[in-house]
Amino acid sequence: MIAKAIALIIFCVMFILIISDKIERHKVTLVCGGLTLILVFGLAMHSLSAVITTLNIKTVFTENFWYCAHNSSETSTGINWSTIIFIFGMMVMVEGMAKAGFFRWLCMRLAKLVHYRPVPLFIVFMVMAAVLSMFIDSITVILFLAAITVELAQLLKFDPVPMIISEIFCANLGGSATMCGDPPNIIIGTSLHLTFGDFLTNTGFIAGVCLIVTIIYFYIIYRKKLVAAEGNEIDISAMPDPKSAIVSKKNFAISCIIFACAVAMLVSHAKTGLTVAFIGTFIAIVTLVAEGKEAFTLLKKVDYKTLMFFVGLFIVVGGLEQTGLLEDIAGVIEAVSGGHIMAVTAIIIWVSAVASAFVDNIPFAATMIPVISSLAETTGININVIAWALSMGTDIGGSATPIGASANVVGTSVAAKNGHIISWGEFCRSAVPATLIVVTVSMIIIFARYC
Amino acid sequence: MNDQIIIAIGREFGSGGHKIAKKLAEELGLDFYDRRMLDDLAERKNIKIEFLEKYDEEPRKFFGARSVDARTKSYSNSIEEIIAEMQFEYIREKAEKGESFVIVGRCAEEVLKDKKCLISIFILADFEDKVKRTMEKFGIDEKEAIAKNKRHDKTRKKYHNVHSDGKWGDSRTYDICVNSSRLGLDGTVDILKKYIGQRICE
Repeated sequence: MIAKAIALIIFCVMFILIISDKIERHKVTLVCGGLTLILVFGLAMHSLSAVITTLNIKTVFTENFWYCAHNSSETSTGINWSTIIFIFGMMVMVEGMAKAGFFRWLCMRLAKLVHYRPVPLFIVFMVMAAVLSMFIDSITVILFLAAITVELAQLLKFDPVPMIISEIFCANLGGSATMCGDPPNIIIGTSLHLTFGDFLTNTGFIAGVCLIVTIIYFYIIYRKKLVAAEGNEIDISAMPDPKSAIVSKKNFAISCIIFACAVAMLVSHAKTGLTVAFIGTFIAIVTLVAEGKEAFTLLKKVDYKTLMFFVGLFIVVGGLEQTGLLEDIAGVIEAVSGGHIMAVTAIIIWVSAVASAFVDNIPFAATMIPVISSLAETTGININVIAWALSMGTDIGGSATPIGASANVVGTSVAAKNGHIISWGEFCRSAVPATLIVVTVSMIIIFARYC
Repeated sequence: MNDQIIIAIGREFGSGGHKIAKKLAEELGLDFYDRRMLDDLAERKNIKIEFLEKYDEEPRKFFGARSVDARTKSYSNSIEEIIAEMQFEYIREKAEKGESFVIVGRCAEEVLKDKKCLISIFILADFEDKVKRTMEKFGIDEKEAIAKNKRHDKTRKKYHNVHSDGKWGDSRTYDICVNSSRLGLDGTVDILKKYIGQRICE
């Protein structure tokens, strides 16, 4: 009982400190993780095995961690090293791509392709945000896309805010489509041993339908501004040349090949048996080798703070899990839903969506995995169905407010720095209805397909 | 000290710090930057001035904004922080161009701490004098003036301490701290002119 209380207090303090944003979040989770190890596992539980299980270091040295020929039904607990290693690998690859000028080139190329006309640009950028976010973190996608949108808006004399809000929404939506699109999905996938194909055929299908709905929705609400901008005269010769974005042709070609390899390995990993930890490591090594002398500079640019954040977070969540608190929460959900699949799915998707709109969806997803595992065990519901609900809820819910997801923060920040300040009101006016529509559509598809 | 001179003045609300800063600028023949730099920013960035004024020298709210690290940079979507950063950039740009000026608030002593030509000053005053000055300036009663003083000082302190390593009003943060109640506003200007003159001669 004391262990549960301490674990819960540490978790709540961690969440409040993350929300307040006063202290860097990796410091918060690491200190809270340290406190969990000492106070919960040490003083309250006197359990060395809980420490060992939560640190989960042994797993890295097992064959299954790198190569898994058969699907495992076992749920991972403690620090999810697969997630951390995979994210590290993708960070290295993305850094290499950004350095070569890939993202800027892609944005400029597509803009040129649609002859810089606002309406087609609006649609193409939304689709690109979604597609790129299926494989690359949405923060990077929005970082480049928002900057280019602002630049083009100045040249083409249109308001970039509608486009940026739509791009952010689609980036979050695209992230929900695959296992590697968004951190919650990576955590869900690696914890429950799901494959890239599992996500693509389930959340990917839902995200695809929702993307069509989203494009129609944003076009309807912003059509007046877009159509007005269509009337502006465009001097195509004044537009930046896409080729000018390419810093080095050699590096550009290499980064494209590495990206294609990463996508191919991810798509086929269920068949090849290579785990995401292996793919992440492989991609990082190949990128660093290709960079040659610049490898060290590239390594320095990796966001280690986020990786540390994950380590601390998984320990704190491990504290909740080891003390049995998350099973209690699962018990409450089971009691409220009566164990009925539709009710459980609806609760998971909506609670996840509402929570993710206000708090970081990564800790939320990490906390919910043991909850849904326990729920599936006690109710007999297929865990994958609840996992899809959790994935869609956390990924889409984050789109509702300017603080819901990291891409929202980066997008609104880039816009504001360029003089386009997006208030909560302006963001939510279009994003909240879009979120409600997309979560509802997702829920209906889940009901129709699995319940 | 070279030809460029930048005087950064922090102040307690009602201490007369703004008036002192303005008079110093006039008497030393320097440009003066205060809230009015927002006009410039509004024009440059095409933002409504009322919007900038609303968030000027305001600390970030507890809830409603987040920071995200991406590609070795930190991105915040706090409007207060973004507007503060715009002003810091503006100040840095002026300093980099070699301009000499007097600036009030905006954590200038922190933003320009690497500038050798920087003289940082903090103006404080006895509480009764601050309240009296606030009552006269805003035509309000004592109770309201006390509340206004406390509120503004609290906000300034929070704003300053979020963006600075040094603490607001702490003598270690500034080159010189002066209580304007001792010599009055004109007397304080005189003593500061002497101090600045001495620093220029160094």
